[in-house]
Parts: sequence; structure tokens; C-alpha cells
Amino acid sequence: MSQPRPPNGPSAAGNPSAIPPKEPSSSHTTGLRYPSNGKTIYHRHLSRSKTAELSQASFAYLFSEMVTYAQRRVTGIQDLEKRLNIQGHPLGLKLLDLLLIREPPRSQSRPLNIITLLHFIKINLWQHLFGRQADRLEKSSDPDAPDEYMIIDNEPLVNAYVSVPKEMSQLNCAAFVAGIIEGVCDGAVFPARVTAHSVGSKEEGEMWPGKTVFLVKFQPEVLEREALIGGKG
Amino acid sequence: MSYYFAILSPLDTPLFEHEFGTSKSGGDGQPRFTEQARHLNQFILHSSLDIVEELQWTNGQLYLKVIDKFFQNYISAFVTASNVKFLLLHQPTTSVPTANANANAANGAVVPNTAQAAASSRVNSTSVGANPTSPQTEEAIKNFMNEVYENYVKAIMSPFYKAPNMEIRSPIFRQRVAAAGRKYL
Repeated sequence: MSQPRPPNGPSAAGNPSAIPPKEPSSSHTTGLRYPSNGKTIYHRHLSRSKTAELSQASFAYLFSEMVTYAQRRVTGIQDLEKRLNIQGHPLGLKLLDLLLIREPPRSQSRPLNIITLLHFIKINLWQHLFGRQADRLEKSSDPDAPDEYMIIDNEPLVNAYVSVPKEMSQLNCAAFVAGIIEGVCDGAVFPARVTAHSVGSKEEGEMWPGKTVFLVKFQPEVLEREALIGGKG
Repeated sequence: MSYYFAILSPLDTPLFEHEFGTSKSGGDGQPRFTEQARHLNQFILHSSLDIVEELQWTNGQLYLKVIDKFFQNYISAFVTASNVKFLLLHQPTTSVPTANANANAANGAVVPNTAQAAASSRVNSTSVGANPTSPQTEEAIKNFMNEVYENYVKAIMSPFYKAPNMEIRSPIFRQRVAAAGRKYL
């Protein structure tokens, strides 16, 4: 948690609200832990107006930093994608609860089967993150893989300004979004592995060169339960 | 009427605990559990988890109402989208007239769990808590749970909170839960 600081180090000097160190048991109204205006995260509203959008440029800048951060000391592309995935995972866990509570009270219900969960991701999650729905939802046609589902995005927002070098052509930075999806699935007790794959052809005239498939592979116990409750709810 | 409220993570570790008493019909909001009952409460609450895990897949609602009963201890459950469980143990007082209940409470007397209690609580079914399965009580607990859920979501929105297995230590969260308890129960 809190790392020991040098007593008169530059970090303390650079802190605008630096106060002399106090005993932990000091009154509850001072210190950085308690905001001076008394407003905490609990005083804020959970619902936001629909127009609350963020700048895409600043997101792209932050995202490039995240990729750079993840790229440090990685052993390969898979490792890099895994790190991006891990960065997204906690977001998914938290968004699941946030998006559910923003639903009107009548339609607040936990997803009980795979289809409801994937619809929640395709519609609510995408709408919240990217301002539009995901483009398609597909089930694997391979009879050997009944546990695989695909969420398809023709133009992932996170990849808007990412150009992947030739020698890393397997990389898709939407692994970060895959991590968010994985977080939602794990949180809702549908443990899954989610990976991002580029499927757009690089040829001239391709309509969606950045087309990405998020492959959702559920754990066997999810399918087992699905069969047991018979897709109810 | 005393309440024991706990938030349990998907791995069944307690994240938050709070004890309080009723504030309705002249209650002072103080819990009346004996030292022994307080230890027992944790057992009773956790033992109802099996039932929650069974019910949560047949009912997509967040609020599952009263799901378990152990003598005079009733357990109401609420399951969030991320499979965090809110459990409320409530122990209705026995007496028919409220004045009597307050007298009992003032003495700090533990209310005996008798069959008579169940009969008498049916008489006084309009007051929240006297009859744990009445629609009024269910509605009151639902409101309480929803308010706690809202604050729980705010708590996990903190970037320093690692969902969903970190204890909630915020004193403001505790204040908010206590306020919801005063308001509805």
C-alpha cells in the first residue's frame, strides 16, 4: 500500500497539499484521505447524462501509454496481449455493477444465461464504452466448439490510431477490450477466456480492414449449468 | 428487532459487517444481540449461502426476499450483478404491544424464541419487522438493499478498490448503511 517516503524528499515538496506528517489517529477532517469540501465518492451520482463523452484524442494518448507500459519486458506478442487483457479485466468487473444499476429498476436483473449476458455486453457495455452497439454476435458453427461465441466489431475504437508493425502482425491491441469483456463474464459467474483477433483482410478495397472478432470461450461448467437450468430467465 | 447485515464476496469472504436495531415504532436503533448470539449470527448467515447459490440461478431478480429461517432468525438476500451477496439477518421481537417490546429492549432482555412469538407477530403484522414475511417488511428490506447497493457501487467505483474481494473500510460507507437502516428498518 503506502510506500515509505524519504522524510524531506522531493516527493513531499512537490505535493501542493503536503501537510506535516500526523499520527494516523488524528481527526477525521484532515489529511489527504478526506477531501476538504467534505464531498466523497459517495456524494456523487451514479447516473450520468447521456452527453457525457470524453475526448477521443486524450483517450488515444492514454491508451498508447498503456500499450507502451504493457510492452515493457514482455516475452512475446501473446504476453503483451495478456498484459493488456489484465489491464481491462477490473474495468469489466466494475462496469457490470455500474451498468446494471443504471438500468431502469423494472429491467434490473442479473444475466442468467449466455445469450442474455452476451446481449448485455453487445448492447449496454458497448453503448457505454463506445457510444454504439457491437456490430454482430455469432455462435461458433463448429460442432466441436459449442462453448465459443463471437462478438464482432468492424472498427474498434481503441485501435483507431494504432498501426501495428509488420513483424507483430498478430497483435491486436483490442486485447484490452477483450479483458473488459472477460471481466464482465467472470463477474457474472460465466468464467470465460476472451481473445481479440483481427480478421479484416489487408487487401485494397476491404470495407473494414480493422474488423476484430472477440472470441469468447466459456469454461465447461458454464455450459453444464446452462443445460441444467434450461436457459431460463 | 435487531439486524445483522453482511456483504460477502463471490469467494464468500466477508467484506463488510454491520449490526443495528430497528428505528421504527420507537426503536433506538441499537442491536439487542447477546454476545453469544453475535457469534451465532455469523454462522447462521453463512450457512444460508448454499440456498442463495441455488436460488440465484432460478431467479434473475437482485432481491431474493426471505430465503432462510433458523428458529426466529430470518435471512433476506440480495445478489448483485457481480455475484456479491448482501445478507440481512433479522430477528423479530416477540411481544404484541410495542410498548412491551420497548420495555424488553430497554432491559436488554433477550427475547426468547418461542412458538408463541410467531403467533403474536401475525397479530401485529402492519409494523415493519414484526412479521418478517409480510409485504411491508419485504418492501422495506428491498429499499434498504437497493440503497446499500447504490452505495456499494459507488464504493467499487473507487480506482483504489480492487473488486470484488477487498474489505470495504470506508467510514462513510458505514454511515450510509446505518442511515439506510434508520430510514427503512
